[in-house]
Amino acid sequence: NKTSFRYYYYINYLYLPNMSILEYNGGAVIAMAGKNCVGICSDLRLGAQFQTVSRDFKKVFKVTDKLYVGLTGLATDILSVDQLLQFRCNMYKLRENREIKPEAFSALLSTLLYEKRFGPWFCEPVVAGLTADNKPFLSGMDLIGAPVFGSDFVVSGTCTANLHGMCESLYRPDMEPEELFEVLAQCLLAAVDRDAISGWGALVHIITPEGVITKKLRSRQD
Amino acid sequence: LKSTTATSIMGDMNFSLTTFNKTGKLMQIEYALVRVQQGKMALGIKAKNGVVIATDRKVSSVLVDSNEYQKIQSITPTTGIVYAGMGPDFRVIVRNARKAAQKYYLTYREIQPVSQVVKESALLMQEYTQSGGVRPFGVSCLVAGYDDDGPQLFQVDPSGSSFGWKATAIGKNYVNAKNFLERRYDDEVELDDAVHIALLTLRESFEGQMDENNVEVGIVTAEDRIFRILTPAEVKDYLDEAN
Repeated sequence: NKTSFRYYYYINYLYLPNMSILEYNGGAVIAMAGKNCVGICSDLRLGAQFQTVSRDFKKVFKVTDKLYVGLTGLATDILSVDQLLQFRCNMYKLRENREIKPEAFSALLSTLLYEKRFGPWFCEPVVAGLTADNKPFLSGMDLIGAPVFGSDFVVSGTCTANLHGMCESLYRPDMEPEELFEVLAQCLLAAVDRDAISGWGALVHIITPEGVITKKLRSRQD
Repeated sequence: LKSTTATSIMGDMNFSLTTFNKTGKLMQIEYALVRVQQGKMALGIKAKNGVVIATDRKVSSVLVDSNEYQKIQSITPTTGIVYAGMGPDFRVIVRNARKAAQKYYLTYREIQPVSQVVKESALLMQEYTQSGGVRPFGVSCLVAGYDDDGPQLFQVDPSGSSFGWKATAIGKNYVNAKNFLERRYDDEVELDDAVHIALLTLRESFEGQMDENNVEVGIVTAEDRIFRILTPAEVKDYLDEAN
């Protein structure tokens, strides 16, 4: 049908003006604390408004063996900020001959974002790691670096209301890695199922003193 | 008489005053080291559970009014610094090191580790051997601190080289002092003993009577990792024990 064909092209060339720039690509990240472990997971969707472009776009990046960072928001800025963080942490390691600690990394990220206060990076990060004593460390930030330090969970993305609701319901303290994985996965999957622009699979990392367990989740592909 | 002021500017270019001679030496740095050796002695000893640095603080005349000027300064809460050589040059290094440490704290919300404090000062001192129109700093510094790598003692020279020490002395009579330290030092020494040894070493080269008012001692301990200067009363206790 010629009319509907033209309509399809029209939608793809239109940028909906009431859509926030942070919602253009879609995405969701949760980080949650367990007993001497942390979990961090993201969905895998990359879209251009409502058109899904990739179902393999990871939003969680490794910083050290015991520190991961998850970024949501504009995809180009997710990649740029991750690359900047890699640069800063590599320089740190070369200069100081040691890996950066989660608290220092969170402060670094906060400073990095605030430096762009009047032309910010459009991404809202989540930091998850284990401190020197293998205690969980969580922090989340807005796009200009205002940090919040969570003792239970921190969330970020286009469906934060859903994520917060799910986490509040399902979270309990001192979970072992296996329990943490289940809770984290259920929270994310249920939350993104009620968000049109997040989902299309998920990737979960559970960080323990012994190592990191990574699992890919197959979810509703819509 | 020919003018002997050195100008190294040619148009917009500013050339260094520190240049190699035929034997491969940078004489300005050599001369700076001479100046350091003329300065009052400073020494440091690394113990198992802390670090001590000490210096001769004798004033030149009874007419000098205030004893408030401190030779030993702190850079971070956990790191202190002392010098041998020119006081004014030392102040510039301390200022720079403190600013760098605060910048570090602003970014990482973590106290700058000792080795990083040393690297900043060493970098600054090297810059002044390779920049236009400036001379090297006329000080060697001893940096003492405690961080996650334990107690540490470093020396930074006018050339910008830095070295870690178990125990060392700089300034007047440093050779005798280092020999003295070599005989007395062992790896298992505790901080209290280290302070004793430091005071004894200072006394070896001290002109006149050494008391709690004409020496300055700074310590950082393993318990609280805070660098502080000992009060005259505390120094007196150590001196009385040493006697």
